[in-house]
Amino acid sequence: MAGDWWMIVPGNPALSGLVIFLIAVPFLYFARTPMHGVIRSATRAISGPLRMGSRWLLSAADGLRSRNRAVILAHGRDEMKHTIEREFERITTMVQRDLHGYPALQRKLMDQITKIEEDYQKTGEVPPPSGQWADAVKAVANITPSNGLVEKILEDIATSIEKVHAKSLAEYRKAYQDRHKILKGFTPFWRSLNQTLTQVEKNISGLQDSAQKIDNQMDKFEQINKGTDKAEHGLNSSAGRQFVIDAIVMGIAIGAAFVNFRLISLPMSEMVGAGDYITPSLKASDVSALVIIFIEATMGFFLMESLGITHLFPKIGNLNAQMQKRIFWAALIFLFVLAGIEVALAFMRDLIAAENLRLKASLSGEAAMVTEAAKTTWVSNIPTAGQMVMGFILPFALAFIAIPMESFISSSRSVLGVTLVLLIRSLGFVMRVLSNVTKQIGNTLVHLYDVVIFLPLMVERALRSKGNVAERRTKDRGGVTSFPKRNPNERTDRTATGEF
Amino acid sequence: MKAVKGIAVGLAVLFLATGCVDQKAHSRAVYMMIDTSGTYAAQVVKAQRIVNYLLGTLNPGDSLAVARVKSRSFSEKDIIYKATFEKIPSKATAQKRAFRAAVDEFARSLKKTGGSAYTDITGGLIQAAEFLTETGSGEKTVIIFSDMQEEIGKGTVRDFPIELSGIRIVALNVTKLRTDNVDPRRYLGRLQTWEKRVMAAGAKKWKVVNDWENHPERIFED
Repeated sequence: MAGDWWMIVPGNPALSGLVIFLIAVPFLYFARTPMHGVIRSATRAISGPLRMGSRWLLSAADGLRSRNRAVILAHGRDEMKHTIEREFERITTMVQRDLHGYPALQRKLMDQITKIEEDYQKTGEVPPPSGQWADAVKAVANITPSNGLVEKILEDIATSIEKVHAKSLAEYRKAYQDRHKILKGFTPFWRSLNQTLTQVEKNISGLQDSAQKIDNQMDKFEQINKGTDKAEHGLNSSAGRQFVIDAIVMGIAIGAAFVNFRLISLPMSEMVGAGDYITPSLKASDVSALVIIFIEATMGFFLMESLGITHLFPKIGNLNAQMQKRIFWAALIFLFVLAGIEVALAFMRDLIAAENLRLKASLSGEAAMVTEAAKTTWVSNIPTAGQMVMGFILPFALAFIAIPMESFISSSRSVLGVTLVLLIRSLGFVMRVLSNVTKQIGNTLVHLYDVVIFLPLMVERALRSKGNVAERRTKDRGGVTSFPKRNPNERTDRTATGEF
Repeated sequence: MKAVKGIAVGLAVLFLATGCVDQKAHSRAVYMMIDTSGTYAAQVVKAQRIVNYLLGTLNPGDSLAVARVKSRSFSEKDIIYKATFEKIPSKATAQKRAFRAAVDEFARSLKKTGGSAYTDITGGLIQAAEFLTETGSGEKTVIIFSDMQEEIGKGTVRDFPIELSGIRIVALNVTKLRTDNVDPRRYLGRLQTWEKRVMAAGAKKWKVVNDWENHPERIFED
C-alpha cells in the first residue's frame, strides 16, 4: 500500500514508529539548540509585530482621544458661550420690557405717597382754639358787678361762643369728610400699586432665576475652560444623548421623505417617461422624484440658515441682513412652488392609478364593475384630497430636517470619535493578547521538544552531575572549599526555554 | 444665486446622464404567434386572454406584436397589430386600448372566415426574429400559441437553419392531438424536435407553458 512506505517493520506500525523514534531521538537531541532557536524566532516573528502594532494602536487611540477631547471641549465652550449670551439677551429683554418704566413709576408713586401723607396729616389737624374769646371774657369778668349787667354780657358772650364753636366744628367735620373721601378714592390706586409691586416682585424673581442659571452656566464654562474630566464626560454624555435624539428625528424625517417619494414617483413617470433608466437599475422617474425631494430639503437648509436657526453654511451666515432676507424669501418661494408641484403630482397620481385600474379591469373583463365603483360619492375623493394635502405639507416638513441634521453632524463627530477610540483600543488589546498567546505557544513548543528528547537529556544531566561531584571532590582534596559556581550556560538555557 | 446655479447644473447633468444609458436594455419585446390552422382556430378566445394579460403586464417602452400563423407566415401582412408603447403611461394606456380592440376585431373575423389549411410555424419564427431584433429590446420573447404541429404546404421551403439568437421561445397551450393520445411519444417527440431546433438556432431559452390560465407569470419566468 502507498501509506506503508514508512514502516520499517512491515505490518507493525507501532514497532516501526518506535524504531523511527529511537533513530530520530539522537538527531533531535543534537539539533536541540538550533531547533529552540527556530521555534523562538518563529514565535517572535509573529508576537513582535503584534506587540508593536498593539503599542501603535494604543498610542494612536491616545492621540485620537486627545483630539476628541480638544474638539469636544472647544465645541462645548462655543455652545456654552452661546447659551450664556442668549441668557444675557433674555435678561436684557426682560429688563427692557419690565423695568424700563420703573423710574417714572417710582416718581409717580413717590408723588402720590407724598400727597397721601400730606392729606393724611391734614386730616389729623384739630380746630384752633379761640383765644380772643378768652381775653374778652376775662375783661368782662373784671368789671364791677352791677344790676346783673355783667352776667348778662357774659351770658351773651357764652351764647355767641357756643354758636361760633358749633359752626367751626361743623366746618372741620365737613373738611374731615372731604379728606376721608379723598383717602377712599386712593383705594383702587393702592390695589393697582399692590398688583404692580407684585408683578415687579415676580420679575425680580425671574431675574434672580436667570442670574442663577447664568451662574450655573458660568460654572460649567469655567470647568470646560479648565478642561476637567468632569466637563469632558458631561459633554460626551450630552453629545451621545443628542446623537440618539437626532438619529430618531432623522429617521422620522427619512420616513417622511420616503412617503413623499412614493407619492410623486409614479406621476413623475408621466413627465419624464416610465421606461428611461439612468443606471441599469435606477429609473429616471424615480431619480427625478428624489431630486425634487432633495431640492426641497436644500431649500429648507437655506431657509433655516437665512433665519439664523442653523449654521451649516458660514457663507450665508456672514451675509448682511438684507441678503439673508432675500435668500429667505427665495427659499420660501421655491418651497411654495415645489409644494404646488407636489399637489399637482399627487392629484395626477390618483388619475394615473384610476386609469391603470380601468385598463386592467377592461382587459380582465371587469370593466362594468369598475365603472360602477367609479360612481361612488364624495367619500371616494378623500384619499385624493389627503394625498394633495400631504403633497403640500411634506415639503415644508422636510424643510425642518436642517435642524436635526446640523445637530446630528455635530454630535456624530463626538460619538464617532469616542467609538473609534474604543474600537482602536479594543483592537490594540486583542493584538496584545495574541502577541502573548503566540509567545506562550513558542515556550510550550520548546518544552514539548524537550519532552520528546527527555531520555538523552536525563543522561546528560546525570553525566553532568557526576562530573560536578568529581570536580568538587578534587577541590575538597586540595583543601579549598567554595560555593558551587553558577554555570553561565545554564542561565542561557533557562532563558532559551522561557523560564524567567 | 450660486445654489440655484448649482441645482440647474445638477439637473442638466442628470438629464445628460439619462441620455447616456442604454434605454433599450431594460425594455421587453414580445412577439405572439397565434395558430389559426384547422381546428386550433377555435382556441382564439384563449389567445385573446393571453394578449390581454400581456397588455396588462408590459410596461411603457416595451414592444408587443401579435401575428397569425397560417399556410405561409413569413409576411408583414400576418402581423395583426404591433406597437412599441410610449414611455408616457397615459399614452401607453391609450395604445393598449387600441391594441386590444384590434385583436378583438381579428378574433371576430377569424370566427367568420375559419382556419387556414397549413401551419407555417417556421416562417412565423423567422418573421418574429426579424421584428424582435429590430426593436433592439433587452429581453426578446416569442410566444407560440399552437399545438406545434407544423404542416408546410407544397412549394413552401422551410427546411433550412434559422437564426434565433438571444430570443426566448415559449410554447403556449400546446394541445394534444388525437394521434398523440394514441401514442404520447409523438407529442413528446414533437416538443423535443422543436426544442432541438430552436436551441440550435441560438435561442436563449425553450419553454412549454400549458397551465398558463392559472400561472400566466410563467411566461416570463426563467
